[in-house]
Amino acid sequence: MSNTGPDAITGPTPDNAIRQADIAEKEAAGGDAAHAGPVLAADGTPLKQSLNRALRRQKLRALALIAPLLVFILVTFIAPIADMLFRSVENEIVEETLPRTIKVLEDWDGQGVPGEPAFEALAYDLMIAAELKNHTRLGSRLNYETTGVSSLFRKSGRRVDDIGEVYADQFIALDPAWEEPATWIALMAAPGWSAGEGEIPAAFEMRDGVAEVLPRTADMYGAFADVIRTEDEESVADEEPWNIVYEALYRDLSENPEAAIAFDGENAARLAAAAEAVPGFETTTMSEIFIDIDKDWGSNNTWGTIEAFSSRYTSGYFLASADYQLTPDGIERQPEDQQIYGLLFQRTLFMSMTIMISCVLLGYPVAFLLSNLPMRTSNLLMILVLLPFWTSLLVRTSAWKVLLQQQGVINDILVWIGLVADDNRLELINNQTGTIIAMTHILLPFMILPLYSVMKTIPPSYVRAAKSLGATDWTAFWRVYFPQSVPGIGAGCILVFILSIGYYITPELVGGTTGTFISNRIAYHISSSLNWGLAAALGTILLAVVLVLYWIYDRIVGIDNVSLG
Amino acid sequence: MASTNTAKAFVEFERVQKSYDGETLVVKDLNLSIGKGEFLTMLGPSGSGKTTCLMMLAGFETATHGEIRLDGKEINNIPPHKRGIGMVFQNYALFPHMTVAENLAFPLEVRKIGKSEREKKIARALDMVQMGDFGGRRPAQLSGGQQQRIALARALVFEPELVLMDEPLGALDKQLRETLQFEITKLAHDLGITVVYVTHDQTEALTMSDRVAVFDDGRIQQLAAPDELYERPQNSFVAQFIGENNTLDGRIKELTGTTCVVELESGEEIDAVPVNVSNVGDRTLVSIRPERVEINPDLGPTAHTLNAEVLEFIYMGDVFRTRLRVAGRDDFIVKTRNRADQVRLTPGQKVKIGWLPEDCRALDA
Repeated sequence: MSNTGPDAITGPTPDNAIRQADIAEKEAAGGDAAHAGPVLAADGTPLKQSLNRALRRQKLRALALIAPLLVFILVTFIAPIADMLFRSVENEIVEETLPRTIKVLEDWDGQGVPGEPAFEALAYDLMIAAELKNHTRLGSRLNYETTGVSSLFRKSGRRVDDIGEVYADQFIALDPAWEEPATWIALMAAPGWSAGEGEIPAAFEMRDGVAEVLPRTADMYGAFADVIRTEDEESVADEEPWNIVYEALYRDLSENPEAAIAFDGENAARLAAAAEAVPGFETTTMSEIFIDIDKDWGSNNTWGTIEAFSSRYTSGYFLASADYQLTPDGIERQPEDQQIYGLLFQRTLFMSMTIMISCVLLGYPVAFLLSNLPMRTSNLLMILVLLPFWTSLLVRTSAWKVLLQQQGVINDILVWIGLVADDNRLELINNQTGTIIAMTHILLPFMILPLYSVMKTIPPSYVRAAKSLGATDWTAFWRVYFPQSVPGIGAGCILVFILSIGYYITPELVGGTTGTFISNRIAYHISSSLNWGLAAALGTILLAVVLVLYWIYDRIVGIDNVSLG
Repeated sequence: MASTNTAKAFVEFERVQKSYDGETLVVKDLNLSIGKGEFLTMLGPSGSGKTTCLMMLAGFETATHGEIRLDGKEINNIPPHKRGIGMVFQNYALFPHMTVAENLAFPLEVRKIGKSEREKKIARALDMVQMGDFGGRRPAQLSGGQQQRIALARALVFEPELVLMDEPLGALDKQLRETLQFEITKLAHDLGITVVYVTHDQTEALTMSDRVAVFDDGRIQQLAAPDELYERPQNSFVAQFIGENNTLDGRIKELTGTTCVVELESGEEIDAVPVNVSNVGDRTLVSIRPERVEINPDLGPTAHTLNAEVLEFIYMGDVFRTRLRVAGRDDFIVKTRNRADQVRLTPGQKVKIGWLPEDCRALDA
């Protein structure tokens, strides 16, 4: 540094400030070498602690002031977003609805159709699900992955009531007491348990040891008792068990003819008699019954889908968002005609870029004019810029429909001045062109305002200085004015791009089929197909794309270079 | 020096008028010629039209009427970037997105000067303002004084023959301003460039300039060398605007070519030099500098003296400042040097004051 200049001597110049900061830094780096210990306040406590205490009150007060907004944002913004993001991987419904089936399928090798135990478990799960009316929800969920599963579950749910009827008939033929709810209570319930006389029946208590000797029967009767009590609000004492409970009893007794020894008295006798008769019962297999209900149950694909989506968390939605699918054979590309999301993401990015660039091209001159006109005129112009803000979005978009349609104002004018033949009118709406035109118009103020506020702060003396130094008007603008307006362009571009990438209403109204964005698809899945998981996955990808672009932007332009005025 | 410079005019304003709104004239009938190598300052209160004149010369404003000539050529219709005039702005106007060296390179680049020569010129210009080590810095990393040096270097780096400066030191503190005043004048003389300097600071104008044009109300009130301006103001505006000044109201009683007698409102009489009064009986404003007043003077028996009463005595170190009541006015100031034998007056004291007739000027009322 030159010491000849007057500034080198005295005065609080930036250089001095930098020098002093350097000295302070060196001292700090030296640490305790420079000072004997931490600086102390007058009362002997460390200064830092003392300062913190003094500031704590202020901080608390500041926190109290922002607390309402913070809570509001947490509850209405952060929490729903987190929930939606979570939905993109969440998949508890399969395991919750078909717990027994999933357990059996763990040992399945994925080849052909699983064995009888899987069908049996499916029958039990489906019976409970049908009673709870959960099977249709599960059907819709799995239908996203394999078409036809929804109707399969619906159909099976209707028929599942009848499964086991053949055994029920034979048990009752053997001993009519099997028809009586009281018989079952005496057999299954803990001694002394009763449903009670109250409005709501008491919870069912299983007799100790039943689960060991009659596992299936205990499982299904327990489920039956719970469903009767919670769903139908009836007493189990008044209801004949489901047919499938008889089926369970048949299986248990076939496997364990000695089950009666765990019981005493009348129960033991009845059970022993049944056990003796069971080997002579007419019998069917569950797989036959299910394949009879729908032949899809005999298909590897159906079981593969259930197995592939049996875990609590799934990558299936994200794979679907990227035009892949999770099949029993692993991850596969979607068929050609169903690959739409990659195209939609590309289109969304491309159109957002186009809109952003159109906004810069149209907005820059306007902002330049606004910031250089005298106050009165620029205020008037500013009102014109802001006018679209004060008009409903729907009105503006509908106006574009009127203007751009084939029999619309713009086409009429073009035909009238002879630029376009009458039988060859331009298609300006219900395609990409329409979306780009309408959205450029709608987002233009978001480009002009930050540009204007940045340009307003560029003193005219810079351009004058450039001209006095010999620059032509263009050089003065390009080398001196434009670089200083870049922060405004940056801010405007980020605003416009991020707004347009998630835009929904305008593309929906003027986009037709080729001009829609990914957001339209998300909206479709949220409100029409009710595939919220896929919508959440698409939304998450969109969010990630925006964040990545933001990061790239930060690396290239620098986020410090963004100014909103 | 003033008279020799005007002989071969380098910059000329001829009957120049300027109006922004078409109703009022900001510059009224300006005639001014500036010699080559001259340091001319336009001095005046804000709104007096001095900056407008500078902007017309630079080309950022167009003259409503009249002709501006540079080196004999009319430049009214030449755009600013073709005039080749260096300019230093009040807020420095250094391009914030360029380093100091890039700022200096700018005028050379637009003139398509080769890289090696460019670097030579930049180094020379930076050394000239003693900022040789700062080429890599950004303007925001420099202090105000340093920025102004760079702005100066940038205005000089392409070797213009005429440099305009628009209150370049207005934002600096006093000490720095004085140093830079000295450096700018020295540079201007060393390089032999013509400088037109605008300021509202009269000390700056007096210390730096070869000639000063005092502006008021869109006109040049007086155009003269600093000493002449201070000692022989042509009208009461200049007398009051430049330096400290005592004024007394009166009427011309006798007028004899080079001297006159003025009767003050109190009935007392004083001698004065008539400057722009023409008739006996005219109202006049008599102007006298505080340091030319003598207390209890010994001027000879015929000289007129005034009675005065001391109101206030202020000790200012190198000078004493005494406020007196003279001819019914309470704001008459006398400055006396702090000498060992100097009398220190006390408030309430009655004294006589007087001055040499040639120090007292009878101006327009």
